[in-house]
Amino acid sequence: MKRVFPILAVLTAGLLSYALYEALVAAPTEQTMGDVQRIFYYHVPSAWTAFILFFVNFFASVAYLIWRNTKADMVAQVTAEVGVIFCTVVLVTGPIWARPVWGIWWTWDLRLTLTLVLWLIYVSYLVLRRFSSSGQTPLLAAVLAVFGALDVPLVYFSIWFFRTQHPQPVVGGGGSIDPRMLHVLLINWLAFFCFAALVCWSRYRLEVLRREVDETLALEALLEPRAKTSRSRSAG
Amino acid sequence: MSTVASLTRATLAKDLRLEWRSKDAINSMLFFSLLVVVIFSFSFDPTAEESRQIAGGLVWVAFLFAAVVALNQTWAREMRNQVLDAYRVSPAPPNALFLAKVLGNFIFVTVLQALMTPLFIVFYNLRALGPAYQLPIVAGLGTWALVVNGTFFAAMSLRTRSREIMLPLLLFPVSIPALLAMVEATGAILTGEFSAKFWIVLLAAYDVVFTIASLFLFGFVLQAE
Amino acid sequence: MNYLYAAYIATWAIHIGYLSTLLRRYTRLRNEIHEFKARIEDK
Repeated sequence: MKRVFPILAVLTAGLLSYALYEALVAAPTEQTMGDVQRIFYYHVPSAWTAFILFFVNFFASVAYLIWRNTKADMVAQVTAEVGVIFCTVVLVTGPIWARPVWGIWWTWDLRLTLTLVLWLIYVSYLVLRRFSSSGQTPLLAAVLAVFGALDVPLVYFSIWFFRTQHPQPVVGGGGSIDPRMLHVLLINWLAFFCFAALVCWSRYRLEVLRREVDETLALEALLEPRAKTSRSRSAG
Repeated sequence: MSTVASLTRATLAKDLRLEWRSKDAINSMLFFSLLVVVIFSFSFDPTAEESRQIAGGLVWVAFLFAAVVALNQTWAREMRNQVLDAYRVSPAPPNALFLAKVLGNFIFVTVLQALMTPLFIVFYNLRALGPAYQLPIVAGLGTWALVVNGTFFAAMSLRTRSREIMLPLLLFPVSIPALLAMVEATGAILTGEFSAKFWIVLLAAYDVVFTIASLFLFGFVLQAE
Repeated sequence: MNYLYAAYIATWAIHIGYLSTLLRRYTRLRNEIHEFKARIEDK
């Protein structure tokens, strides 16, 4: 396993570089928006990746609730963290794109708003994980993830209807997409997906290590007083 | 089923009786709500037309703050007297306890709303241009949405550090669609410009989904502690 | 044009920031393990 990782890392870096080249140079320039539109090649793949990660988190959380599998809990934690990172990228690139195109930083665009709500839900998920005592953390976090997942369709419908009543600009352009642009988009998505997978893998290994250390320290604390008393008995 | 119903009724009656005798929580919440209305009135001082459009948002944010204060003390009495441990050990269905708490909170927050609403009407010269009979429906559904999730998250926050901030932190993101619905529905009814029907249906759907989810998952949360 | 570069740079700043936190946590853990092993050997 350890030898595979550097190879995959190099491959992914290569893919990301190629995707970057495609996005900045090879892709055709958009008619109305110009070069700024190229943000699209980073904004949309990040959104897709974040949603996939949160999807995995949902399944891992349900798996934990049903089988109390520790690995499921770790997968849930990892995908939540990396998902929040990608979500942050979407929320940062979105306004940077909206500003030159629409003249405003924020719009209650469906995808952007949905991403914001997901970001909020999962940040609260991460705060819950950090602030709860380690015994019940996996259970409480899994429950919160289920609540978040139930919320998503409701959020979608509420924003959708809100937009029909209060028309807002659409970031990311609707309608059909030029096949060459679609090609660049998919390459960037593949690159970021591989990148996300590697980051999750690293974070997972870090989590395994962290839990082992915690358990060992806890065990040491338990054994320590007994060791001290046996030493004093043998000395005296 | 009847065990759940009778247990819920008994627990709710006990809570209401205790609250009526001590009145500590309800008095502080009342005063807090009054303060919120006054401060909002100082901060936003619009003309009559504007006030109808933004009143929905103002009123519900104020109700939200009042609800959080009420929700934070939901389980305080149980924590003080180790009631939760007793409940965990007993064969009583946890849903009964949860339902009783939600109903109790619902009653508290509705009482607060009943007191805050006249004040808002006075300070903002509010008058409904749309179908005013829909307002209590929106209020009821909206309050239930906040209270059912709030009671659930209050239970989840019990064994966390910074318990008081944990509750709003968990509650607000999940409540966003409900809050949007409440605010938009109220605005629609007050201005009479749109129909609030979609928002009312959305609120009802939200309530159904999360009431079922909370009832289903409360057992886990109770056992977790 | 500046907006385009700002978006791309911001994206990578976020990712590199997160990866460096991971690295920092990893080195801290590794130090803890070495410390722990040293303590065990002392005993």
